[in-house]
Amino acid sequence: MARATARDRRRLPAALAVPAVAGAAFLVLPLTGLLARAPWTDLGSLLRSPVVADALRLSLLCATLATGLSALLGIPLAWVLARSTSRFVALLRALVTVPLVLPPVVGGVALLLTLGRTGVVGQYLDRWFGISLPFTTAGVVVAEAFVAMPFLVVTVEGAFRSADRGLEEAAATLGASRLFALRHVTLPLIVPSLLAGAVLSWARALGEFGATITFAGNFPGRTQTMPIAVYLAMESDPGAAIALALVLLVVSVAVLAALRDRWLPRGGAV
Amino acid sequence: MSAELPSRAQGLHAANGTPERRPTGLVIDGQVERGTFRLDLSLDLAPGRVTGLLGPNGAGKTTALRTICGLTPLSSGSIRLDGIPLDDVNAEIFVPPERRPVGVVFQDYRLFPHLDVRGNVAFGARARGVGRESARAAADAWLERLDLSGLATRRPAELSGGQAQRVALARALATEPAALLLDEPLAALDARTRLGIRAELRAHLRTFAGPVVMVTHDAVEALVLADDLVVIEGGRVTQRGSPNEVARRPRTDYVARLMGVNLYRGSLDRSTHTVELLGGGRLVVTGADQLRDVADVLVTLAPTAVTLHAERPDRSSPRNVWAGVVRAMEPLGERVRVEVAGPPDALVDVTPAAVADLALRPGSPVWLSAKATETYAA
Repeated sequence: MARATARDRRRLPAALAVPAVAGAAFLVLPLTGLLARAPWTDLGSLLRSPVVADALRLSLLCATLATGLSALLGIPLAWVLARSTSRFVALLRALVTVPLVLPPVVGGVALLLTLGRTGVVGQYLDRWFGISLPFTTAGVVVAEAFVAMPFLVVTVEGAFRSADRGLEEAAATLGASRLFALRHVTLPLIVPSLLAGAVLSWARALGEFGATITFAGNFPGRTQTMPIAVYLAMESDPGAAIALALVLLVVSVAVLAALRDRWLPRGGAV
Repeated sequence: MSAELPSRAQGLHAANGTPERRPTGLVIDGQVERGTFRLDLSLDLAPGRVTGLLGPNGAGKTTALRTICGLTPLSSGSIRLDGIPLDDVNAEIFVPPERRPVGVVFQDYRLFPHLDVRGNVAFGARARGVGRESARAAADAWLERLDLSGLATRRPAELSGGQAQRVALARALATEPAALLLDEPLAALDARTRLGIRAELRAHLRTFAGPVVMVTHDAVEALVLADDLVVIEGGRVTQRGSPNEVARRPRTDYVARLMGVNLYRGSLDRSTHTVELLGGGRLVVTGADQLRDVADVLVTLAPTAVTLHAERPDRSSPRNVWAGVVRAMEPLGERVRVEVAGPPDALVDVTPAAVADLALRPGSPVWLSAKATETYAA
């Protein structure tokens, strides 16, 4: 903690203080508005209503499956990005992080054109295996993983890069293959980063809207996740929408709390 | 216990279809090129002998170790261990580190921080597919041999430097390697623990059957632990020989400065600060108060700290005075290194003017003197 000296307590110039206060209010007020209008008395019954309960269950399931899929594919991808010496790795890294900045709805369209029934890959999935992803729960998982996986890849790649290569070398001199060294030395040492990446991509998957509604549509109980349910309920049943929004807010705050050591500097003014 | 484990050496020649590995040692004849740096190595290391790899920082000592264990491939040439090629650029053979029967003790030990001591020592066996129980049993046998049993469940962060060094040695030996490499094994230790660990390490290295390569830039370490010395400077071998030969006839300034040390063993009399030397003679020393073991004491004396006289000097200031006969002389840059038979024997660096003044030549009788303050017990 910084000591509060007279020097630190000098008055802030109004030209900075006024917009700073306005900026803080701009970010905090909508959240207080949400809390002020929340139907606290009916909250229990609202959360148990079929539409809300279905959306909640589906969201948790799909976000968890999408995180699992991201980890399954993303950890090996992160390892290759961190360890490969190929010239094409920089290009590959840029390509796999595109979904981080891509508008999710564009991702949804791209997924539809690729994995849709008549899509570049989808037509063969349909013809050979009878698999059709769009407008199914599996489609929700795919759309969420598409948007969320880069968060895990970027986090875990950074951890692989800063992991002590000397320990992998020591493992090799003891007879460990690269795979054995990865499983028994490197991965256990980067568990905190793995968890952070997983939490981050889970939170991103939970809030996913654009890619999901474009690729998987809006079928209650099958593809209607919480963000989509909130959006639709705002017209028909604002109470339910606010209840769902509160759940998402609580989850977001919980994620922030879980990752605070990573993002918020210790002893900072928070 | 440990004998039941498949050794990596066996695995290696099984893969090559060679019927039997004969311990013929480690033969390196190759080059490593990285940018402008070039390491040129030609070594033939016999089993059961400890070779000290000596050289200034950046000379290529650590690179030499890395090529032997496979962490750095050769650019040209070959490495053979007991007749089996580990790296042969012409024949396009490269055995990856995990399949080389070579144990490594790294300078910073590189213990796995998430595993306890037993887990670290069992790691090699586990990596080779040995079951958890047998790997633990084999690890326990090694822990007992290196007197580490009491630390089996400690994490590396809970170990002292000396303990971590022993765990690193146990971990490397537990893979039953055909060759052992040590990168400055004592450098990370403080001066006091270094003494005990050095004696211990010496005992363990003596019992190792294969060739041992030890990187060091400490003269005493080299003299005490190594059977042979190889000096590397600027990527080239500049001298090789027994520690005594290298100390007596240094070929480069670096070796002369580094190995310019007289090393004696003996037992200490605490009351008089006098060490009775094993080879005869006695020396009054400095630093004796810090020693724990008085029975086996090392004494170092720099050749520049010894003065030669034609007649017995008066005993006022230097505390150590003894008589000797010049055995040999070697020009050494701007000085001359004189080898004097004692007891105790000594290397003495003098100016060419002093050689002329004293009319030194092999066979000349001389008096030697050295201040106690420059005669260090270690």
